[in-house]
Formats: sequence, C-alpha cells, structure tokens
Amino acid sequence: MVKSQTAAVDVRGLSKHFGEGDTKVIALNNVSIVIGENEFFTLLGPSGCGKTTLLRMIAGFDFQNEGEILLYDENIANLPPFKRPINTVFQNYALFPHMTVSQNIGFGLKMLGKPKPEITARVSEMLKLVQMEELKDRKVSQISGGQQQRVALARALAPQPKVLLLDEPLSALDYKLRKEMQIELKRLQNETGITFIFVTHDQEEALTMSDRIAVMSKGNVLQIGNPREIYDRPADRFVASFIGESNFIVCKVEKKTRGSATACLPDGTSLTVDCPVDLELPQPATIAIRPEHAFISEKPGKNQLAAIIKNIVFLGTDTHVHTQLSDGTAFVVRQQNVIGEKPLQTGQNVGIRIADGAARILKD
Amino acid sequence: MQNNPSIAETARRSDIRNRWLLAAPALTTIILAAIGPLLVVLMFSFMVRGDYGDVKYWQFSTNGWLSVLFERDPIDDSLGLSSANFTIFLRSIKLSLITTVITVLLGFPTAYFVATRPEKSRHIWLLLITIPFWTNLLIRTFGIQDVIRNEGLINNVLLKFGLISQPIQMLFTDGAVLLGLTYVYFPLMVLPIYSSLEKLDFRLVEAGYDLYATRAKVLWNIILPLSKPGIIAGSILVFIPCIGAYVTPRVLGGGKNMMLGNLIEQQFGQARDWPFGAALSITLLVIVTLALLIYVRSAARESGSHGH
Repeated sequence: MVKSQTAAVDVRGLSKHFGEGDTKVIALNNVSIVIGENEFFTLLGPSGCGKTTLLRMIAGFDFQNEGEILLYDENIANLPPFKRPINTVFQNYALFPHMTVSQNIGFGLKMLGKPKPEITARVSEMLKLVQMEELKDRKVSQISGGQQQRVALARALAPQPKVLLLDEPLSALDYKLRKEMQIELKRLQNETGITFIFVTHDQEEALTMSDRIAVMSKGNVLQIGNPREIYDRPADRFVASFIGESNFIVCKVEKKTRGSATACLPDGTSLTVDCPVDLELPQPATIAIRPEHAFISEKPGKNQLAAIIKNIVFLGTDTHVHTQLSDGTAFVVRQQNVIGEKPLQTGQNVGIRIADGAARILKD
Repeated sequence: MQNNPSIAETARRSDIRNRWLLAAPALTTIILAAIGPLLVVLMFSFMVRGDYGDVKYWQFSTNGWLSVLFERDPIDDSLGLSSANFTIFLRSIKLSLITTVITVLLGFPTAYFVATRPEKSRHIWLLLITIPFWTNLLIRTFGIQDVIRNEGLINNVLLKFGLISQPIQMLFTDGAVLLGLTYVYFPLMVLPIYSSLEKLDFRLVEAGYDLYATRAKVLWNIILPLSKPGIIAGSILVFIPCIGAYVTPRVLGGGKNMMLGNLIEQQFGQARDWPFGAALSITLLVIVTLALLIYVRSAARESGSHGH
C-alpha cells in the first residue's frame, strides 16, 4: 500500500559482509527494497538480521560491498553521511551532552550554515512540535528519557530531511511511554509528510505503526507487505512464527486446486488449506494456523482435531489454551474471555475446530 | 518528651566528635606535609640571611622579599628594579606557556590516535608513550643534550652531508629548553586527554556527521568540547612542573637561560640567601595559583556559554 507512486528510497542489490575467509559474516545479501514517498516503512527482524546494517548504509555510516542506494533517483551510496539529506534518530538518542535542548535541535541547521534568525525560528517550531518549549534551555542530561527521545526526534526533523531513519528509538522507554510515543511518531509523520524508515525487532510495534513492513532474517528480506498481508499471509515459516504466533502441523497434501489444497493431518482429519506455493503431490508439508483462528469445542466432532488440554493461561481479555494433539504436536488456541462461560479444565479432552481459510501451507 | 532535645544534642555532639576523629589522620598528614613546611618557608622568607647559608633565627627582615623585585646597587646601596629577575620570571612563564601549547597540539592528535585504536592495541600504545617516563629525568635530558650539541648527532650528520659548513648552536638556547620540556612533559598531556577521549561516545561523532557536520566541524563542535576536561587537566599537569623546572633549563639552557627553579636553587646553593630563595618559592606558588584560577575560571565560563 504505497501512499504515492514516487520512490523516495530505492535500494538495489545491496550486499555487505564483514571480515574475510573463514571469519566472513554476511550482513546483507543482495537486498532490494523500494520505499515510497511519505511512507512509514519498517524493517523488522530479530537482532543480527541486518536491519540496522541496512539503516546505517542508508545513513552513510557503513558502506556497501555491492549495490546502489537511490534517493529520489540519485545514487547516494558513496556519499559521506554529511552530504545525504537524511537524518537519523539513534537508538540511544546520541544527544550532545554539552549543549542545551535548543542547541541540540539547531545543530543540523547551524552546520548547514543557515542564518541565525532562520535557525531560531525553526528551533522554536520544532520545540512546539514535540512539546518541549518549557525545557529548551535545559542541558540534555537534565531531562528524562522520554523527553530526550522527543529532543532526538526534533533534532533529526529540524533540517527537514527527505528521509528520517529511526533505529529502534523506542526500545529504551517503558511500556506506557512506548505506547504514547508510537502514536506520537505516527502524528509527526503525518504532520511533516517525511518518509520514515523505522527499524525494530518488536513485531507489535511494526504492525501498529507501519504502512509497509519488510521482514528480514540473516541478511535477507523474506517478505515485504502491509501489516495485514504479512500477518494474514506470511510468506514462509520464519515470518509466520516471528510475526504473531502460529501453530505448525506437519501434514500430507493430497489434492491441489488453484490456490488451495486438501491436507491430511496425522490423526486422519482432512482440512482445506491455502496453498500459495507449488507442490508436487502427494507431499509432506507444514501448515500454519493462528491461535485465534482455532476454537475449542468440548465434544470433539467431525473435521476437528482431537486434543487434550495441557495448560490454561489467563491473559486478561483472552485465554491461551495450550493443548496437545494426538500425535504429540503442541497446539495453542487463543479464545476471548466471556462472562459466565464454563471454565475449561486441564486434562480435559476437547476438539479443535479450524476456521475456514485460516490454515495455510508454508515453505519451510 | 522533654528530654528529647538534650538527647538529640548529645547525639549530635558525639557525631561531630566522631567525624573529627575519623578525619584526624588526613588532617595530620595535610598539616605535617603541606601546610607546615609552607609556613616554615614563609617564616624563613622574613628572616635575616645567615653568613654561610641558613638564616639568623627570629631576626625580622624584608630583604628576602625586596630581592624578588629589586636589587641593591653595589656602590651607593640604593634600590633599583631587578631586570635580571624579571627576565627570568618572564622566561619561565613564556617557556611554560609555549610548552603547554605545543604539548596540547602534539598530545591531542596522539591521544585521539590511541583512543581510536582497537581496545587490545591501545594498551601497547599507552605503554610506548609512558616508557620514557621510566628512565631517569637526568639521563633523558643529557640524551637530548648529546643529540643537539655542537658535536652532537644532528650537527654531525648535517656537516657530513655538507648541508652546513659550521655547527648550528642549538644547545644552551631557549629552544633547547623548550624541546627538553616538551619531550619530558608530553606524556602528562597525552594521558588525561586520552582518558577523556576514551570516555567519549563515538556515536555522538556519527550523530554529528548525520547532522551535516564535516570532519573539521565534528572535531571543533563535538570532540574538542567533550575532551576539554582532559585538555584542562593536561595543561595544569604540564604548566605547573614546567614553571618550576630545574634540571631541563640547567642542562639544556646552560647558565644564561635560567628559569625560576634555577634561580631558587642558586639562593639555597652558591648565593647562600635563604630568605630570598624562600620568597622566590612563595612567589612561584602565587603565580601558579593565580594562573590556575584564571585558567579554570575562563575554561568553565566558556563551556557554560558554549554554542550559539
């Protein structure tokens, strides 16, 4: 769901490795991503997946071994960071400790050689945008973590960059503040109209905030899509397990029509499943089912999986029911709590019904 | 309830007594080692000089202090300003200031180089910088003398290659003293600057580049202000021993290029004028204290109003 057809950042075949020979570590493996103007684009993946390396190369702190980075059709891959109209919000904020809040925010403009009145005006505009006007003359060591976060944002936005990079900027904040800043970031992006490239390992954060997400693992981009696509139609097993939770069942695919197939589960149940990949039949495969797409019925019936309840975890609005299928596979069902419902018991034999269209065959 | 104030008062008193008791070793050391000797020196400066050194005890005289600024005409016994002493004062201050500036200019890049090496090799570099410190000061100074004297290494090489026809006089000049002081006190500048650069968060440097600062601007606006505590500490550590330096000006400056340390030594040695020597010592102390106060004040003021 690209908001605009113009590409702000076009990463083409970017590769990066550290070290040589036996100690060679591939950080990025031929990565290509097109990020549209005004997009809130997220690079999501576990630590070490290459997302920060990619961000640092877009910023100009690291240089690629191969590939190009186009910023509005101009190759910036070999420019030093101070010649790229891109600014960064650092993970630890990296505010200048010897300067006040205002001096930090005005630093970029001062380095660009802007006239003083313009800097003053822009700094007060930024202070207002992040609601820090009252603390403008404080040293950055005298303000709280959340406030430092706002200053870091204002400092990076002040020079009106074409692209703003955010390197896990919320990871140091506590839960409540993080939630507030998520909304704040979306508001800032809407108000400024600047393209945001956001790096995180927190899938919930990525799903909440992004227009589109690129899921990365071991230097590769596994899937690019909007949050809904990524959640509902994960491209492979890694994406399905990293984003949200999934139950994985090994099965045998029997019949295949366009886009769907019939899978035969170990206990003999057969299930109609989504099948986005080409398979030779019959063939063993893995299917993924989200916990909230499965339902517990107290009396096992036709086309239901027989299971035994192993553990029940109460989560407030929901309950996680951990069960075991007859072949030993673990299976989690997430159900919403309803007042007056008869509680389930550990050790109870139940049936699990899978919602239509919820099961999906994945590449391993 | 009525007794409470007196109990509190007793507790407070015993608390104070305990604190004095705990501070006693430190206080004793300070009084015996620092303040006491200083008072003795101050007393000596106000006494009459003895005939063979020493002083005539409990005979008050201001001659020692007068000699700091004035000298008696040998013929009519009238007082005139002592231009010789002035020259020595000015030379001491000048050479110490220049040494401080040179060691900052050389020491900062050195410290930066070491601080940006991988952690393992940093220790080796630091070791290499401090090794000369382990050798006796006299030996190092005579080493320099051997390199720069008229029949020394530099002149011999230059003569051999026909680049000069006569040896260049390097020894026994202010330049030689400067070279010696810079060489000797260089590590005292590098180490404090290194320790503040080592603490510097290099992500701030990246942040500077990200915000359009070129290398030079990052150095000037971020690295230098943040390593200022190290530069200040290094300057103090270099300036103070320089202004009182004795061995270096003696060996490399000869008799003509005396510094304050040599003048003081002369009073306790050949000149046998202890009150004058004591007065000179106190004057040196005052100069150093004033210089420090001015320097630290101005440095603090500058960092307070840094920026726009």
